[in-house]
Amino acid sequence: MKPVSSALQESAGKPIPFWHNPARRAVVYQVAALLITASIGWYLFHNTVINLQRQSIATGFGFLEKEASFEIGESLIAYSASDPYVRALLAGLLNTIKVAAVGIALTLVIGLIIGICRLSTNWLVSRIAAAYIEVFQDIPVLLQLLFWYALFYESLPPPRMALEPLPGVFLCNRGLIFAVPESHPVYWAMLAGFLVGCVLVFVVRRWARRRQEKTGEIFPMVRVSIGILVGFPLLVWLLGGCPTGMNVPELSGFNFTGGMSVSPEFAALLLGLVLYTAAFVAEIVRAGIQAVNKGQTEAAMAIGLKPWQIMNLVILPQALRIIIPPLTSQMLNLTKNSSLAVAIGYPDFVSVTNTTINQTGQAIEGVAMIMIVYLMMSLITSLFMNWYNRKMALVER
Amino acid sequence: MAFSARSDDQIREAQPVMIWIEDLHKWYGEFHVLKAIHLTIHKGERVVICGPSGSGKSTLIRCINRLERHQRGKIVVDGIELTDDIKNIEKIRAEVGMVFQHFNLFPHLTILENLTLGPIWVRKMPRREAEDMAMAFLEKVHIADQARKFPGQLSGGQQQRVAIARSLCMKPSVMLFDEPTSALDPEMVKEVLDVMIELAEEGMTMIVVSHEMGFARSVAHRVLFMDAGQILEANTPDDFFTNPQHERTKLFLSQILH
Amino acid sequence: MTVYYENVSDIRPPVTSTGVIGWMRENLFNGVFNTILTFLCLALFVKIVPPLFRWVFIDSLWVSTSAECRNIQGACWSIITANYRFILFGFYPYELQWRPTIAVVLLVGLLLISRNRRFWKKPLLYAWIVGLFTMEILMQGGWGLRRVESDQWGGLPLTFLLAVFGLAAAYPLGVVLALGRRSKLAVIRVLSIVYIETVRGVPLVSLLFMSAVVFPLFLPEGVTINKILRAQAAIILFTAAYIAEVVRGGLQGIPKGQYEAAESLGLNYVQTMRLVVLPQALKIVIPPSVSVLISAFKDTSLVVIIALYDLLKTTQATLSNPNWMGFSSEAYFFLACIYFICCYTMARYSRRLEKELGAPQ
Repeated sequence: MKPVSSALQESAGKPIPFWHNPARRAVVYQVAALLITASIGWYLFHNTVINLQRQSIATGFGFLEKEASFEIGESLIAYSASDPYVRALLAGLLNTIKVAAVGIALTLVIGLIIGICRLSTNWLVSRIAAAYIEVFQDIPVLLQLLFWYALFYESLPPPRMALEPLPGVFLCNRGLIFAVPESHPVYWAMLAGFLVGCVLVFVVRRWARRRQEKTGEIFPMVRVSIGILVGFPLLVWLLGGCPTGMNVPELSGFNFTGGMSVSPEFAALLLGLVLYTAAFVAEIVRAGIQAVNKGQTEAAMAIGLKPWQIMNLVILPQALRIIIPPLTSQMLNLTKNSSLAVAIGYPDFVSVTNTTINQTGQAIEGVAMIMIVYLMMSLITSLFMNWYNRKMALVER
Repeated sequence: MAFSARSDDQIREAQPVMIWIEDLHKWYGEFHVLKAIHLTIHKGERVVICGPSGSGKSTLIRCINRLERHQRGKIVVDGIELTDDIKNIEKIRAEVGMVFQHFNLFPHLTILENLTLGPIWVRKMPRREAEDMAMAFLEKVHIADQARKFPGQLSGGQQQRVAIARSLCMKPSVMLFDEPTSALDPEMVKEVLDVMIELAEEGMTMIVVSHEMGFARSVAHRVLFMDAGQILEANTPDDFFTNPQHERTKLFLSQILH
Repeated sequence: MTVYYENVSDIRPPVTSTGVIGWMRENLFNGVFNTILTFLCLALFVKIVPPLFRWVFIDSLWVSTSAECRNIQGACWSIITANYRFILFGFYPYELQWRPTIAVVLLVGLLLISRNRRFWKKPLLYAWIVGLFTMEILMQGGWGLRRVESDQWGGLPLTFLLAVFGLAAAYPLGVVLALGRRSKLAVIRVLSIVYIETVRGVPLVSLLFMSAVVFPLFLPEGVTINKILRAQAAIILFTAAYIAEVVRGGLQGIPKGQYEAAESLGLNYVQTMRLVVLPQALKIVIPPSVSVLISAFKDTSLVVIIALYDLLKTTQATLSNPNWMGFSSEAYFFLACIYFICCYTMARYSRRLEKELGAPQ
């Protein structure tokens, strides 16, 4: 047997073998990972290039300048079949934004209402809300919007026999058509009045807060705000001579003219997305408010705050921290799900891109554009989320 | 124990009645939680309620500011009867301070904002004035230096002292304490009890649900023992600890005092 | 004026606070506002339920020709009874449809057995492997059974297979990605993050498009993969990113002490993960994983867009038959019931499990 000291010396003198050094191992692993990823990428790229050459498909985004030669059902910008693809895609993108914006606004309102109903002390209301949440969460959103779409074009009568649930509002298989006020300069003035009202509310709010800090008196802000926001445009309307002319839709031939119309595709897509996502939003709202400890309400009650003050000053500020992050991701989900428009023929970005791919064969470019557009939206959302989380993090030890 | 006011029992009795409870009953469903409670508490009186868990102690004091609704009997606080009338309830809640077992500070507000919330929104006090008062109370509970921190940054004992200061800011005429020290680490119990003793010295009317027998002995005018929803025994601390009347009181005391 | 009782316990709570009346007072008529709400709900019920009931049960036809259906007010369930074989199995050869039936029964049976936590042991894993293999044989043929090419698969079995295989294959990939995302090695971490965030940032539709139109370009000349497998691959790649996030949540829930304890025992990275961390983390993430399965199950309906004959597409195909045109409400209602029953069962199970696992053992 060797003496211990010499064994020690021996092992101390030996250089560490290359593969036992954690730092070097790490380098090897990372280089290997990079190489594998790169070679898979190169392999796919290589195959693609060969395939494209064989099928003689040109690569690049040059096709965007060519004439699209297909019509788009509805568009926020002027578009005709002779416009280039890039304009068609822009129209599609705007349609996506339109359905997402309207959808998000409606979803927030409906989801909030159902979430509050779910928390109601009224057993019946709470059970109905629970049933809604359960049913609408558990049916695929695509099925839901196909159902609404079928309801529109199948169950609703043609324009000639259109239902008229309210005077001036028509429901038929061409969509929802309703009367809008005749265009008149006063409406622009009313909009300006509303904006002035917003500024005024902001000013009054600051003044009310200052006054409360000084004298302690509480200003009835909600009532006054509503008064200003409604009153100002109303005043402008009265001063402008109360124009009441309406642009009423009228049946001419096989369809309506005049008024404002919402296409069945848009209506079905919106209805499907909103009702589906609202169920998730309701659940988030419920969970967020319930997550605020019951002791918080009790403590607030014990210092004599009124119910609305408890909600405003104690529960909501805490619940919102919990609610906002999952809520944002639901809003993003709604936007992503709007791509299902392709199934019912609403010309959103994905649907227009799909048509473009079918016409030009530029599959890679098309799919890449879809991905980039949605990735940008996700990126913006997650930047917002990071900012919000940093701002709102509760300070703990 | 110098401040102990036991000698002037008669004087205390002459004080106006602060809380008057008659034939109070409460049920949770079929379960009878509070049974025929009769209790009169005078201004400046300090009462400690003890008893095994589930005996209805907390429910009783939670009834006094309507965190729980009673189904039978009468509760009158400072001349106002507790009914379903929202205005009465709000008035009483502003009169009655409450300290909870789990502090229940508002985690999204700073310590100072926790204290000024009630004065600003209920008492309609100017912010500056409310803040000055809040700082004075923070001085009193010895944590004025923490005013700008958030509750999550304080220790349990500090949080409970803030909670006491928060109640005091409402200038209550009665303070209710619902097991104020039982969620605390042992080394923090004393700092909270010290604050409560200081409060007692100033003559605050206090009802304390607690198992801190030392506190009861030195501060209380009366100790109540509750079991199964009834007040079984009510006595001066001396008599209560040295000469308990009821079997269950003896058993309870033997368990708690070892 | 003290009141005395013989025995306080004899006093009953006021009738208005117990029993049915107490419950109604407490839950339906507490306050003016709630009373109004209750009556509004009841009115809504009266307005909706009886007509719906009439439509579904009284005025409806269950077995008839489509012509007879045109003359009724109620639902025409005949569209289901007349076409259920096609809706459920698509273009699978008619006389061989007992095979997918058994496959589905086998799958549902396995899922039901797996609900019980007592069976969560190695044998269950083997049962799953054998079961999935058997299903494959039943669907595809071979071993003495007639071969059925996968482009003829459709309907319910396809929906189930896409979802279950999707989750099963996505799981290992998801675990690797989750570990990668928490790795100390920058390159591996960045690659994982890029993958996960990219996939989660785009709609599934775009991945399905990719599988339909771009994926064939990736393959060397002469190699083709059928459409179902390509869609399956897209679903797997998609689901893996979501699984990765779920697993990451579980990994974050493992206290640092566990890693330190494992290291102090002399376990290396792979051993630490395999023997100590993952078994605990994966247990925590079972309930959220069920949620991912529910999403995957609902998402399989999107393959309609690339014209695969899943449950939704077979229904649409039935509806495009001139005989049965115009009965969409009934057909979609039926389909909604199937999806709802499956998802609701899984969701309830997930919630129960969450409660059980959350409770101290």
